[in-house]
Amino acid sequence: MPGVLKIILQRLALGVLTLFIVSIVIFTAVNMLPGDFAELILGQGATPEAVASIRRDLGLDQPALTRYFEWLGDMLTGNLGTSFAQLNFQTNMGGGEMKTVVSQIAPRFANTMFLAGVTAAIAVPFALMLGILSALYRNSVFDRFTNIFTLSSISSPEFFLAYILILFLAVLNPILPSLSNIYEGMGFGERLQKTLLPALTLTLVVTAHMMRMTRAAIINLLASPYIEMARLKGMSPMRVIVKHALPNALAPIINVIALNLAYLITGVVVVEVVFVYPGIGQLFVDAVKIRDIPVVQACCLIFAGAYILLNLTADILSVLSNPRLRHPK
Amino acid sequence: MTTLLYLAAALVACFLLGWVMRFAGQSLTGNKPFFRDMPMAVAFGYVLGAAVLLFTLWYYFQPTVDENGVPVAGVMFFRWAVQFFVISALAAWLFRLLGRSVGTDGSRKLFRSMPLTASFGILIILIYAFVAIFAGAIAPYGQAEVFQQVNALPGGDAATGGNPDHLLGTDQIGRDLLSRLIYGAQNTVGIAFATTLIAFLLGGSLGFLAATLQGWLDQVLSRGVDVLMAIPSLIFALLLMTIASAWAGSEKWLLTVYMVLIIALIDSTRVYRLARAVGLNIVVMDYIEAAKLRGEGLPYLIFKEILPNAYAPLLAEFGLRFCFVFLTIASLSFLGVGIQPPLADWGTMVRDLAQFINFAAFSPLTAALPLLAAGAIALLTVAVNFVVDWMLHKSSGLKE
Amino acid sequence: MSPLLTIKNLVLEGRSDETWTQIVNGVDLTLNKGEVLGLIGESGAGKSTVGLAAMGFTRDGVRIKEGEVEFDGIDLVNASASVKRNLLGKRIAYVAQSAAASFNPAHKLIDQHTEAPVQHGVMSRHESEKDGIELYRKLRLPNPDEIGFRYPHQVSGGQLQRAMTAMAMSCRPDLIIFDEPTTALDVTTQIEVLASIREIVEEFDTAAIYITHDLAVVAQMADRIKVLLKGDEVEEADTRTMLSNPQEEYTKSLWAVREFKRPQKPAVASTATPVISVQNVTAAYGKVDVLNDVSFDIHEGRTVAVVGESGSGKSTTARCITGLLPPRIGQIELDGEPLPLDYRKRNKHQLRQVQMIYQMADTALNPRKTIGEIIGRPVQFYMGLRGSDRRRRVDQLLEQIELEPDQYRNRLPSELSGGQKQRIGIARALAAEPKFIICDEVTSALDQLVAEGILRLLAKLQDDLQLSYMFITHDLATVRSIADEVVVMKDGVVVEQGPKTEMFKPPHHAYTDLLLSSVPEMDPDWLTNLLAERGVDNIGAAAVDKM
Repeated sequence: MPGVLKIILQRLALGVLTLFIVSIVIFTAVNMLPGDFAELILGQGATPEAVASIRRDLGLDQPALTRYFEWLGDMLTGNLGTSFAQLNFQTNMGGGEMKTVVSQIAPRFANTMFLAGVTAAIAVPFALMLGILSALYRNSVFDRFTNIFTLSSISSPEFFLAYILILFLAVLNPILPSLSNIYEGMGFGERLQKTLLPALTLTLVVTAHMMRMTRAAIINLLASPYIEMARLKGMSPMRVIVKHALPNALAPIINVIALNLAYLITGVVVVEVVFVYPGIGQLFVDAVKIRDIPVVQACCLIFAGAYILLNLTADILSVLSNPRLRHPK
Repeated sequence: MTTLLYLAAALVACFLLGWVMRFAGQSLTGNKPFFRDMPMAVAFGYVLGAAVLLFTLWYYFQPTVDENGVPVAGVMFFRWAVQFFVISALAAWLFRLLGRSVGTDGSRKLFRSMPLTASFGILIILIYAFVAIFAGAIAPYGQAEVFQQVNALPGGDAATGGNPDHLLGTDQIGRDLLSRLIYGAQNTVGIAFATTLIAFLLGGSLGFLAATLQGWLDQVLSRGVDVLMAIPSLIFALLLMTIASAWAGSEKWLLTVYMVLIIALIDSTRVYRLARAVGLNIVVMDYIEAAKLRGEGLPYLIFKEILPNAYAPLLAEFGLRFCFVFLTIASLSFLGVGIQPPLADWGTMVRDLAQFINFAAFSPLTAALPLLAAGAIALLTVAVNFVVDWMLHKSSGLKE
Repeated sequence: MSPLLTIKNLVLEGRSDETWTQIVNGVDLTLNKGEVLGLIGESGAGKSTVGLAAMGFTRDGVRIKEGEVEFDGIDLVNASASVKRNLLGKRIAYVAQSAAASFNPAHKLIDQHTEAPVQHGVMSRHESEKDGIELYRKLRLPNPDEIGFRYPHQVSGGQLQRAMTAMAMSCRPDLIIFDEPTTALDVTTQIEVLASIREIVEEFDTAAIYITHDLAVVAQMADRIKVLLKGDEVEEADTRTMLSNPQEEYTKSLWAVREFKRPQKPAVASTATPVISVQNVTAAYGKVDVLNDVSFDIHEGRTVAVVGESGSGKSTTARCITGLLPPRIGQIELDGEPLPLDYRKRNKHQLRQVQMIYQMADTALNPRKTIGEIIGRPVQFYMGLRGSDRRRRVDQLLEQIELEPDQYRNRLPSELSGGQKQRIGIARALAAEPKFIICDEVTSALDQLVAEGILRLLAKLQDDLQLSYMFITHDLATVRSIADEVVVMKDGVVVEQGPKTEMFKPPHHAYTDLLLSSVPEMDPDWLTNLLAERGVDNIGAAAVDKM
């Protein structure tokens, strides 16, 4: 066990290090912006006094390194700063209560997680089943058709699939709403109904990816000599799959699931925009358009963090499911 | 809710029918191995497949206009889809036939072992390339040309709000949609192609260099790439585009150039990974050792010994990368931060035309407009993926 | 008594590129209870496919076209899947070539051992576990009481192979198919496994089909031998008859291979400068020394064979000489002049003098270059020949390796057979006009007849061009036929060295002796005699461990 523990600790340390470096990359990228944040916030007609005041408020007169560590410290303590849009509003209009980035992001983050959760709940079992079936009946008509179908849905942009679903399930047959206006205090059933269409869109894409990877992993596995050996020992097909293939398929399948959940994070952005789903992806795109830097930075870090975390989970789970590592010589 | 119940009932019926079919098969054929060893799942599959086929046929021949003279959009869309499927299958088949009888020995042999999906892919890629190159000659109008009539409906029939001069109608400021669709091929495909090329030059050369030299250069590059790949690519692209848009200011064309560079940089990390992996596999070969021991220099090693063996995986990767870049650019444009007007491009078109989808019940043709632009994107990536899938299958098939 | 297994006119087809081609063309076979049949042939002879078909099993991409397979009155070709499942593992068992890959990495050995008896209802789990330990003991596995409770990756290759034999025995089957069970093992491990398998098969009076490409091995194991060639049956006879009096030309040629020997060469003058002199070389991968104080000389026109089992440091020695792995201590001299240790520091002349021929011709030739380009490059690089001069030299080299220039110049390596590829490798080395060539296991990936041709060619070239060879091999038959001097290595150290004539005569160093005695001979009584002489615990790897 110490061997495995060591590997896992190594991976964890590497994950934290990566996240740290990623934060530097994001910070540096933002600091490459021309001119000054303060001017950006206030626009062209800003008075020098206002600019100076904002600079002081934001600590822009500090050196870059100091600012980085302050920013990092804020991020770690959950203080994501104040949105420029809010700041601008307050500076120009005065008064009013300011919304922090955290208060903007938190409910949307929950919404996005809900969307991703619903998608995963549909896509994972569905994709695994399809993948295993097409691996078992490979080169059959069924396999060829799923191959064409999944290739097509991988290749299509998310918005294409989204509009086709809208066309058939919302416009022609009004079963589901085409806009996902979700608000706080909504019942679970209603919320689910409004989330279903974006979730289905994501499911199409993710299922295709996951199914193809599962199929490849299972075919690879079925070709291994120990599977042939199990069949030559007269074991039933069911037993071959459950007893001999599955324990070894765990690592690749876990990997497939984690990678696709990570993929979901990117897919979510476009789909949220199509369905006007109040998630973090839509917030991110809006912030990009109006160059609201604190929000962009925070969203970026959240996306990257989730992505790294999922990849890390995949890594650690596959270490744990490998008998060679679990039982060292 | 009732629909779901019907669906479940249909599935159960299929299952029962499957059992009956297997049983009948067993007793009628005197227990031939085909029926004897057939698992229930397979029997179910056969029946389900037959049911879907029958439903398709039945639905296809439903009337497109109901008793009140109102078009039934669902049937129309379904017909279009089926017609498109049949026509493309036919075209792919004819194209393969052509390829088998025309051309050099090598190309004929290639076409002989080609599945329909791959020949369909090649045909589509050729058509896109043709349209992209000769867009100026094919398109009836310029991409930025503005006409009097705005929001003309497609169909070219003046009675239904169309204009015979504009087959697909005009957009909200009066530009001809057909021309913009055709120019879109040039802009979207061209820009994606250039981006992929840059990504390959950058990532490919660094990857091979790292694989050949190894040591500290490899370490530095690989760790750097690891970090860049830890940020999801679309998110990273959006972040950098924010900054680029500030740099570009009001120069819209500059933003497009920045976008090409940004996406090329992000995608070159993926190319680097692959090139390095392919390179490492080749570098351990004995013929590389033999060349090193002969005293050959680095350029000879890379260009004469390694690269010729990396063409096949690199070509496949080029296809996949192109799809990725193409989709990323389309997504960025769709989100409003990609290719900038006045250049026509499909992603932006989808965004601008998206609301027409709600008119599907009254005017199916209008609703098809955003789908046409989005479909143009999907069709090319599907085509490229079909070809790549075939190439990968071919190169791995030798081992099986 | 009716035979246990009858195969009549078995025709098998294999799929390549969507078309089916015949790979076994009508093989007949009968096997009685308790009898061992040796199935022998070169690669591509179809012996494994026939072996599996005897179990009513075909791999993906192979199918039975026609013929009968009857096991104890049961028609295996037309039997339903459940009937076959009931036989497999219980009455017919299989021992695969690579035990390491054929044991499921996720389960302990004993769990895999008991699976068949429990599932087939032959024994309870508890009984089977006890029986397994008993079998492990019979097969002389170390720590039989606890070895079964390990995972496959925690057990060595030779032990796994015996554990797999135990697993095949778990239901006391009537028939076991052994598919090259010792091919991947070192000789000293092989002999142990062979002895164990033979003993247990005899004890339970199990019938067996023993598939191998090694004549000497099959001579020890089988009562009868059947020879296959490219899916056709060549001949079949009782083992002794087959060895003493083969009928068919092909079989005779297989036997004859063993007889190629080069004439003795006069001793080298003690004052002569060796072409290559390895002096006190110690080398390490990372921090671990893999070579320790290795020294030997190679003289002009002589062949030094470096022998040893896997991990003995033979190939590392070659890497030190070529400069790919600069030694930590010691030096290497070429014609009395010290060579720079790193190949990157050597000049063109020094690089040219030391050439190498590789074990796997497939990976040694760039698949994207024509034969002309492969051989032409060193001609141009070292000799500066271009255009027609270069082509003339390439043609000359092709003639030297006995390939028709006009036919082969423009071909790609993939269009050549294994033996032809190896010849191209030789031509590429010759193109540099070297004094010294390292041959790294050049014949071990080839079938015997082809390997024979390569050895003859190398001998002829040596006589014509006064070349010096360093011959790395684990095959002592090769050493006997081509070497002038022998260097025996074990664990990175030279155990013994000297002229071949002395090495093959007693007394030797204990390890050399063991190595020599572990190589199976064509005599069917060889293993029996050896066991009688030394006792079962003093052969093979067990004896190495005692050293």
